[in-house]
Amino acid sequence: MEQTNFQLKKQDAQSHEWDARLHRATRATREDWIGRGISYLCIGVIILVVASMLWFITSKGIATFTQNHVSLWKFLSGTNWAPDQGNIGALPMIVGSFAVTFAAAIVATPFAVGTAIFMTEISPNKGRKVLQPVIELLVGIPSVVYGFIGLAVVVPFMRHLVGGSGFGIISATFVLFVMVLPTITTMTVDSLRAVPRHYKEASLALGATRWQTVSRVILRSATPGILTAVIFGMARAFGEALAVQMVIGNAAIMPKNLISPASTLTSQLTTGIGDTIDGTLPNNALWSLALILLLMSLFFNALVRFIAKRGQLKNGR
Amino acid sequence: MLKQYSFEKTAVQTFPDNVSLAMRTENLQVFYGANHAMHDADLGFPKNQITALIGASGSGKSTYLRSLNRMNDNIATVTGKIWYHGVDINEPNVNIYEIRRHIGMVFQRPNPFAKSIRENIVYALKANGFKGKAELEGRVETSLKGAALWDEVKDSLDKSALALSGGQQQRLCIARSIAMEPDVLLLDEPCSALDPISTVKVEETLLELQKKYSIIIVTHNMQQAARVSSQCAFFHLGHVMEYTPTATMFSNPQIPVTQDYISGSFG
Repeated sequence: MEQTNFQLKKQDAQSHEWDARLHRATRATREDWIGRGISYLCIGVIILVVASMLWFITSKGIATFTQNHVSLWKFLSGTNWAPDQGNIGALPMIVGSFAVTFAAAIVATPFAVGTAIFMTEISPNKGRKVLQPVIELLVGIPSVVYGFIGLAVVVPFMRHLVGGSGFGIISATFVLFVMVLPTITTMTVDSLRAVPRHYKEASLALGATRWQTVSRVILRSATPGILTAVIFGMARAFGEALAVQMVIGNAAIMPKNLISPASTLTSQLTTGIGDTIDGTLPNNALWSLALILLLMSLFFNALVRFIAKRGQLKNGR
Repeated sequence: MLKQYSFEKTAVQTFPDNVSLAMRTENLQVFYGANHAMHDADLGFPKNQITALIGASGSGKSTYLRSLNRMNDNIATVTGKIWYHGVDINEPNVNIYEIRRHIGMVFQRPNPFAKSIRENIVYALKANGFKGKAELEGRVETSLKGAALWDEVKDSLDKSALALSGGQQQRLCIARSIAMEPDVLLLDEPCSALDPISTVKVEETLLELQKKYSIIIVTHNMQQAARVSSQCAFFHLGHVMEYTPTATMFSNPQIPVTQDYISGSFG
């Protein structure tokens, strides 16, 4: 009996010792705490920057409607853009932006998918050694260089080919086509490479030809990834300012055809930004254009997420 | 350390002329670049029997199997002859798509497409030019019945194949292969990703299928080889060491290396 008590006491004492030992802070717990602190700080700063940017653009962008009492409908549907005289119809720029974006995506996608199939299925070695670096190089070229080439080559070419000034949606489309091609291609290559190898083997083992395998199994399974690639390309085209501004002609009028000067949201923004005074209608109107750009990029992002989710459901992952 | 066994001493059976063979290889060798993965394999596969290829990992049995329907094209260099209906199908000008139509293959991991059960089977048929709704439907039913899957899925043919269990997926892959009505069915460790109950079902299916098809199965599982096969070939480090009727191999192995492998005292 006494002996048991003694043992219990001894255990108690040991237990207290262990209690203290297992609860005290050590170097390991402090490192953990510091590490967590640093990453919380970083994410905090980023959230703050993003949130204040959103707030800033939104508040400035809606000033046109709250302070200058321009109706939202007139802004979106008006075709007369003369902020100095109080006319701010943004439709020509909205149409211009969407026109160059869709046209560039439509032209670029077949080329991008074809190139990606070549790089992954037809000649993976050449794809990796030759085409991959070339395409990565294309991604890295600054947009002003594209714009400059567009101005020096594409615009005169269009002038000779179809007449007019050569500035216009078609020149902008051509420049954007070259700019979004590498984006769409690299992302399509990634999504084709992500198709499980056993899909391909299963198809080939059933006697399907290489082309049947590519078109019915590989492309089908990579479709969500390819759509995502196209949307990223469109987001890039929609947001591209400098190169477009250099070749589109910057006339804030409704585009009547593909070869007359037009403008996009971005090109109008870069053209007008230096000439306006903070707080006035012309300045607020530009912020409203920026707000549309912001909303569109949010929309593109949401679309990508939506497609990714659907793709997961489809592939049963 | 792995024991050193002589590659000179082998016991490979040949079949008399009155045994009709589905396929036969002659001096088949496989190279992955400089790596000589398969040496001189001379094996014949009797019609309407199950032949098991056993051996440790890296023994070359899967490599050998994949050569038989030219799945090693663009991956490895395969030399020697593969006789099939009197034609050497290892010739470069042979139509590989036609070969694979007649020599089907099922892989280690169940690999149905992310399509419905029905489309999984119809895919191969359409790829090979089958048309007509009635004909396709008929083939779907007979092949699923052949793979002993029909009763389990007949009411859900339009559901995703990926919703099936592993064993059902593997039987779907078998159904997909036999929908083409091949001569020969190659199976590359078809049960290694399955639980014992699914394994039994696949094995029962194979025993039933050998009435119509000649089957060559690679397996790690010696009990499986003993249960299902009539002939058994033992591969070791890229060499075929012994090829005998299964009963002989498991009761009376001819050479030391086979004996050690089967009794588990390998290396």
